[in-house]
Amino acid sequence: MAEDAPLLELTDVKKAFGPVTVLRGVHLSVYPGKVTALVGDNGAGKSTLIKGLAGVQPYDSGTVVFNGHEVNLTNPRHAASLGIEVVYQDLALCDNLDIVQNMFLGREETSGGFFDEGVMERRTSEVLRSLSVRTVESVRQKVSSLSGGQRQTVAIARAVLKEAKLVILDEPTAALGVAQTEQVLNLVKRLAEQGVAVLIISHNLADVFKVADFVSVLYLGEMVADVPIAETSYDDVVGYITGSKTYERARA
Amino acid sequence: MSTKSVQISDAAPDPIADDLIGAGQEGTLLDQVRGYFSRVRQGEMGVLPAVGGMVVLAILFTILNPLFITERNFANLMTQSATLVMLAMALVFVILLGEIDLSAGTTYGVAMCAFVVLVSVVHVNWILALLAAFAIGLAVGAFIGFFVARVGIPSFVVTLGLFLGFQGLELIIIGNGGSYAVQVPQILAIMNSNLPIWGGWVLLAVMVAITIGTGFWDRARRKRAGVPNRAQALLWAKVGVIVVLGGLAVFFLSQNRGAVSDIRGVPIVVPIVLFILWIGTFVLDRTKFGRYMYAVGGNAEAARRAGVKVIAIRWIAFIICSTLAVVSGIFSIGQVGSVDATSGRDIVLSGVAAAVVGGVSLFGGRGRLIHAAIGAVVISMITNGLGLLNLPAGANYLVTGGVLILAASVDAISRLRSGGSLFSRS
Repeated sequence: MAEDAPLLELTDVKKAFGPVTVLRGVHLSVYPGKVTALVGDNGAGKSTLIKGLAGVQPYDSGTVVFNGHEVNLTNPRHAASLGIEVVYQDLALCDNLDIVQNMFLGREETSGGFFDEGVMERRTSEVLRSLSVRTVESVRQKVSSLSGGQRQTVAIARAVLKEAKLVILDEPTAALGVAQTEQVLNLVKRLAEQGVAVLIISHNLADVFKVADFVSVLYLGEMVADVPIAETSYDDVVGYITGSKTYERARA
Repeated sequence: MSTKSVQISDAAPDPIADDLIGAGQEGTLLDQVRGYFSRVRQGEMGVLPAVGGMVVLAILFTILNPLFITERNFANLMTQSATLVMLAMALVFVILLGEIDLSAGTTYGVAMCAFVVLVSVVHVNWILALLAAFAIGLAVGAFIGFFVARVGIPSFVVTLGLFLGFQGLELIIIGNGGSYAVQVPQILAIMNSNLPIWGGWVLLAVMVAITIGTGFWDRARRKRAGVPNRAQALLWAKVGVIVVLGGLAVFFLSQNRGAVSDIRGVPIVVPIVLFILWIGTFVLDRTKFGRYMYAVGGNAEAARRAGVKVIAIRWIAFIICSTLAVVSGIFSIGQVGSVDATSGRDIVLSGVAAAVVGGVSLFGGRGRLIHAAIGAVVISMITNGLGLLNLPAGANYLVTGGVLILAASVDAISRLRSGGSLFSRS
């Protein structure tokens, strides 16, 4: 299944908030060029796991190996400099700016201290084209005029522009209609085809089975299943999520 | 501009490369014009309503009293509006962040009280006194910035406190009922003297040169990056508008408008305002600081996640606002010729109104300096025009208030039509 070494490997990660233990020794592997789905019911610890990876909320203990090196993710800047990008549910785009301005926000191309709009415009076009985006009319459209799917597209493209190695998508299809969900899922596949490791958090198992190569299931702070999508079924995954089924075989 | 002239001046706009997504700059001049109107229909009206209002008011007032369109009144309008234009431009910097500075007027009031007392009572050199005034503006901005950006108090509250407090400070500096004449000829000259005739034409030439220069500079850089440029005719159209309107204005101001002695030329305040407008616009459009202002105003959390130092941006915005407000104060005392304890008290809400009339959004993230400037001219035209009609002062406030609500409604309704909801803030 995975000849490649995992890009990200979490071992025995723990996190507690006072007396409440949220992560009880979690293992997780994410592979380059593959989509790994992280599923689990509300309160299973998905958000806490993600925040640790983003460097927003460091883990209490456990090891994180990224790209072959053990790393200590203590702040968002450090995570970003390693190539970890989180695309949050609320997208973090500025409605009043256009696509190019959003893509380059915080890392604008300048020459002589002033913007080089031409270069930024071209790069934006290239990144969107590399993701086969066809729904965007003009890269100078204001984000406020974009649909939910297009916004998600811009947010994901921004991660590509930053040359992220690991892109974490938090519920990317939660607020989208059928056609737009399809668009975004295709985008996720192309992202993986470019060699990026994708970790996608979703409540929608139909989406998970469409795009994911692996599925990892969190149940009350423990990773109860970690399985190639081809070797499991919808019912099994629901069982793992609700705790009514247990997964015996550890992934080789 | 007819399509015929397009074919002559710019037969082949740069073709769009196959691997690029459009950027709204490709196509002929006609496509560009169509694109503009489609953006306007989508609610991006920009400065259009304010300019429209300006034209309507000019026609209306001229019909009601032909004195409105005389050379003298035209020059009067420029100096009368300069203080408000300057204050409205200062306010844009905080309004863009969705903040407000209610103390901008009294800030300049305190700075001008200090200035006039330093010059007239302490007999400090006027340039040093002016520097002290700017230092006060800077310090006030830093003070507001600290409480808003660091402590997290709403700017409305902080600046309301300063608005009240500074009225007291002005009273203390000047003394109750007191008033000092401005005895610095250089300050008075800003509002009361004019450039030589040739100075006006040089000013126009510089503006045209800057427009052409930056236009070609931008085109060259876009070409180097391999993205399409707008039809060149568009640049020449812009230059044409500046030449025609600017030329008319300079010509008009070059005629004698004095009743007793010979008065002619562009008022000195005009190039000062234009210079600050140009620098400010340049910073907002082409530098990281400017872009981050819009980003913070649009979605501060998104800006923070993108690595923008939101606190620093907020802080600097308040400093710029208060410092530019001092410039407005200088115009104000130059025009009035004296400073009393109510200096700057009544103008700040007109400044906010001017920005809104011009199309700057109080929710932040939308608007340009030129919008506030044009809005301020519209409001000054109302005061000036109604004054010529000898209407009671009450009419002025009523009409200004009506225009403000009208302008805000035009903006909101245009956005409604483009699909937003009545309660969306975009």
